[in-house]
Amino acid sequence: MNVGFFAFLSGLVFGIGLLVSGMANPEKVLNFLDITGHWDPSLMLVMVGAIAVGLVSFSIAKKRTLTFLGLGIKLPTADKVDKRLVGGSVLFGMGWGLAGFCPGPALVALGTGEFKGLVFVLAMIAGMLLFEAIDRPKRIS
Amino acid sequence: MIDIAWELFTPWAAIFGGAIIGVSATIFLLFNGRIAGISGILGGLFRPMPGDIFWRVAFILGMLLAPWVWQAIAKMPEIQINAGYDTLIIAGLLVGVGTRFGSGCTSGHGVCGLSRLSLRSFVATLSFMSAGFIMTYVVRHAFGA
Repeated sequence: MNVGFFAFLSGLVFGIGLLVSGMANPEKVLNFLDITGHWDPSLMLVMVGAIAVGLVSFSIAKKRTLTFLGLGIKLPTADKVDKRLVGGSVLFGMGWGLAGFCPGPALVALGTGEFKGLVFVLAMIAGMLLFEAIDRPKRIS
Repeated sequence: MIDIAWELFTPWAAIFGGAIIGVSATIFLLFNGRIAGISGILGGLFRPMPGDIFWRVAFILGMLLAPWVWQAIAKMPEIQINAGYDTLIIAGLLVGVGTRFGSGCTSGHGVCGLSRLSLRSFVATLSFMSAGFIMTYVVRHAFGA
């Protein structure tokens, strides 16, 4: 039950952070991505604020083997920079630059009841299912 | 030259909001032992592992309810979506496929990955930022929207 509670709390706090930072607004995100236009650098400071806190947390996590709930700490183990990583990230960036939505803000927009948020999230889920359809046969074979 | 939109720039809200996102990532890391990467948390639902659906749904539910909690306390900030439905669908598909192949998005790579000094996340962040800059340039300037 605790696992669910802290996951819920973390999602809630994440959404609040997106709302406070202004990143839940796709137009503001696009104003950041529009580096050759009238540029709003705010998103850079969102990263600075988040990473400043994150650096401390991850340094704590690296010294521990178990969480405060007694669970194992599961950090990614992959270390190869490959075509899959770069190609996927480029596709993601293209979509991000098109509409100004990345996954977090899209979920928050859906939470407000915004119909366009729903359309984006459904398309994003379709994209994730497409990934499963392409990737799963490869993993099994 | 870079033309900074000082009238749109919200440095304090950005840093403070960013720190709140950092706190969220901290809770998830130090209690649940996982990376707070939204695309991974959502996408993992479509590759279910035993015992792992419940917390994924709980996290997503928290995000969906964030605006409701916000509204109970303060006025909702503006969410302006100028993209049309066709653009939203193409963008959503690209974000869905791309984040899964690239193993992460702005949260997993950009926030958590950079915080744990991962080279993969650094490369991924550079890649999606560059692609985002180029795509926004194309949409806003090359086609003269």
